[in-house]
Amino acid sequence: MSDFPLFPEQASTVAWQVDLIYFTLVALSIFFSVAVAAAIVFFALRYRQGADVDRSHPLIEHTKLELTWSIIPFIMAMGVFGWAAMVFVDIKTPPADATEIYIIGKQWMWQAQHPSGKREINQLHIPINTPVKLIMTSQDVIHDFYIPVFRVKQDVVPGRYTTLWFQATKTGEFHLFCAEYCGTEHSAMVGTVVVMEQSEFKNWLGGGSSDEPLAVAGERLFTENGCITCHSGEPGAIGPPISNVSIFGTEVEFADGSTGTVDEAYLRESILDPQAKVVAGYAPVMPSYDGQLSEQSLLQLIEFLKTK
Amino acid sequence: MAVTSPPMDLRGHEEENYLNWAYGVKSWLLTTDHKRIALLYLVSVTFFFFLGSLAAFLLRIDLMTPQGDLMTSDHYNRSFTIHGVIMVFLFLIPAIPGIFGNFLVPLMIGAKDLAFPRINLGSWYVYIISGMFIIAVVIWGGVDTGWTFYTPYSTTYANSAVVLTVLGVFLVGFSSIMTALNFIVTIHKMRAPGLTWFRLPLFIWAMYATSIIIMLGTPVLSATLILAGLERIFGIGIFNPDLGGDPVLFQHLFWFYSHPAVYIMVLPAMGVASELITCFSRKRIFDYKFIAMSSMAIALIGFLVWGHHMFVSGQSVYAGIVFSLLTFAVAIPSAIKVFNWTATLYKGTIIFRTPMFYVLGFIGLFTIGGLTGLFLGALATDVHVHDTYFVVAHFHYVMVGATVMAYLGALHFWWPKMTGRMYNEGLGILSAVIIFIGFNLTFLPQFILGYLGMPRRYHVYPPEFQALHVASTLGSTVLGIGYVLPLCYLIWSLRFGKEAGPNPWGAVGLEWTTTSPPPHENFEKTPVVTTEAYNYHPFEEEV
Repeated sequence: MSDFPLFPEQASTVAWQVDLIYFTLVALSIFFSVAVAAAIVFFALRYRQGADVDRSHPLIEHTKLELTWSIIPFIMAMGVFGWAAMVFVDIKTPPADATEIYIIGKQWMWQAQHPSGKREINQLHIPINTPVKLIMTSQDVIHDFYIPVFRVKQDVVPGRYTTLWFQATKTGEFHLFCAEYCGTEHSAMVGTVVVMEQSEFKNWLGGGSSDEPLAVAGERLFTENGCITCHSGEPGAIGPPISNVSIFGTEVEFADGSTGTVDEAYLRESILDPQAKVVAGYAPVMPSYDGQLSEQSLLQLIEFLKTK
Repeated sequence: MAVTSPPMDLRGHEEENYLNWAYGVKSWLLTTDHKRIALLYLVSVTFFFFLGSLAAFLLRIDLMTPQGDLMTSDHYNRSFTIHGVIMVFLFLIPAIPGIFGNFLVPLMIGAKDLAFPRINLGSWYVYIISGMFIIAVVIWGGVDTGWTFYTPYSTTYANSAVVLTVLGVFLVGFSSIMTALNFIVTIHKMRAPGLTWFRLPLFIWAMYATSIIIMLGTPVLSATLILAGLERIFGIGIFNPDLGGDPVLFQHLFWFYSHPAVYIMVLPAMGVASELITCFSRKRIFDYKFIAMSSMAIALIGFLVWGHHMFVSGQSVYAGIVFSLLTFAVAIPSAIKVFNWTATLYKGTIIFRTPMFYVLGFIGLFTIGGLTGLFLGALATDVHVHDTYFVVAHFHYVMVGATVMAYLGALHFWWPKMTGRMYNEGLGILSAVIIFIGFNLTFLPQFILGYLGMPRRYHVYPPEFQALHVASTLGSTVLGIGYVLPLCYLIWSLRFGKEAGPNPWGAVGLEWTTTSPPPHENFEKTPVVTTEAYNYHPFEEEV
């Protein structure tokens, strides 16, 4: 019980924007609660039984009054809604140049994987003043990646990728919590976010032991699993070329005439359920790799295809 | 009627009423009298309220220290799950409809009973069987999914009595459906002559709106629980992505019922508030039609906001924006009600009796609960406070602060009618004050904890949150005393309370025109209604 905080630190670019909405709502709440409480106490005492006051012409209906206290709160509500929605869109839209880090949640730990190959458990080292985008998935149940001082959280869902981005504005060590109940040791699924000066972060990323870079591991998996036999990129190959040309972020047309963007979710789907969206001009012959690749291997393959 | 005892005068000179109309266990367990069924609900709902409270108190004691010394993590998780399951499904949802709806709907509309008395008794039996399932779960070792049963945790990963719990909750849904069906038919078909829709007491409007939500929403929950059960027992892939399912689909289905369920809990409380405020202000309600219609608006718009529980679930940004917009819209009818109740006091004759203290407390706590809902409906702030103690504090203000306060207000208001006895007025006011203070001491600190980032459902937590947790636990002790107190003096009043007479509060409304306790058939002859509801005369001095 060493200290007694009432308000969390602000350590990201969105924190003050969220807090401004918060304080506006606190002010509105106090105003309306006090107004209602004051009116109740005043009326209750003034018109108490036995008090000699004028009770003639009591109000039973008053449409103008009714509309006033419907429309004014409605306008205020819409104002707060719009404001909070705009900040939300910012929270949900990562900048294109954000540094990407992969996160895998599992009962009951967080694993972070930097593209360079550096891996950490229940810790996340990030550089200050740099937009960071997390691409997250879960190996088992739903978790939630929550950093209170950044004012951001996002569910981490098995079977799909969710993203979270932020830009830290303060160096130091901060709480990382799992915010979605995930079983026995849910409250132990916590960690530390370490925000470092950019140069320090570079040293940290280069130092210590490190796995091979994700893209290198991905390339190895691409050969070992035989992907390269159909996706060789040679003319007449069975599958579309993906290993020798940059496909990530491009629009493709599918066999049924629809189109879509090649992103993490599409690549994941095409590996696990290849028949779901087949690129136009190719036969639906690829076998599913569902159950044969770990979440981590999937991320390595995707990182390899991304960096082509 | 399966009752054999003759309506004899076994207690000497006492008038015949529904309590002494027949004696013996059988005359209670096989009764089809809506008033007796209400008392069956009163006893069983009170039992589950104290069982759920016990679980909550264990949690609060455990949270006194950051490392949680009282329980293991598994026990902690089972305690908060059983607390939620019992309080939501066996207390909050059935409490006001099961007790006061059953007792009052026929009395308030001048009918002899509900439309389907046997279905009504059936609903209580279904409730009891479901309650036994939940007790069996506790004996079995508990369940640890949270009352929300999120997949794939509940269907694949949890090692606890999930199927038994899901069955219990599935069953209790039918109990609510039976009650709701009864109310809708009764209100449509059995109103006394002259009792037009806009002369109905607002409690009846609230019961009507609640019944519609129950009829439309509960089947969706039942279907969802069946799907979850199928996945858990047979491994049929519906929600688990490893089996080709979608875990977020479960959340959509679950909240499609469970958000309207919040209104199942709070609309009856609003109906109670309208009855009590008018009686103790000796005045007609301010703008009857606006209040009646705002109940219906809440019932309908309440079905369109479920996605606000899922802003960070991975649902699309656009869906989030639409759900947020509708959430702000549904706040307005609730605000209107608060303003109208307040305006009702203006130029009334305010009488400070126990039920009035409870209902004024209700308005205060409901206002705070409603306003803090805006922090959660607003997208950017919800991202931060979602799944923290802020949410815990918010829904306790609405569902415990407001609803339980109104529930106890109703109990103190209609107790003389139900039992024929008065309780000690001083103790009644004292309990209302203790509960109001204890409640705020318990849950105000949790708003601060939540904004600081303390996640909910955490057994172990960082030490800097301890001071606020200790404050909350101390408050819960005060709250506990406030809840036990009425249990004592109300039971005492059954034997020693003075006789109430037909209308101790000087209230209008058909239920006050008959004796207390009412006779088996409710009214000597069918009443005829010639006036609006709440036809109080401001200058009369009564009580």
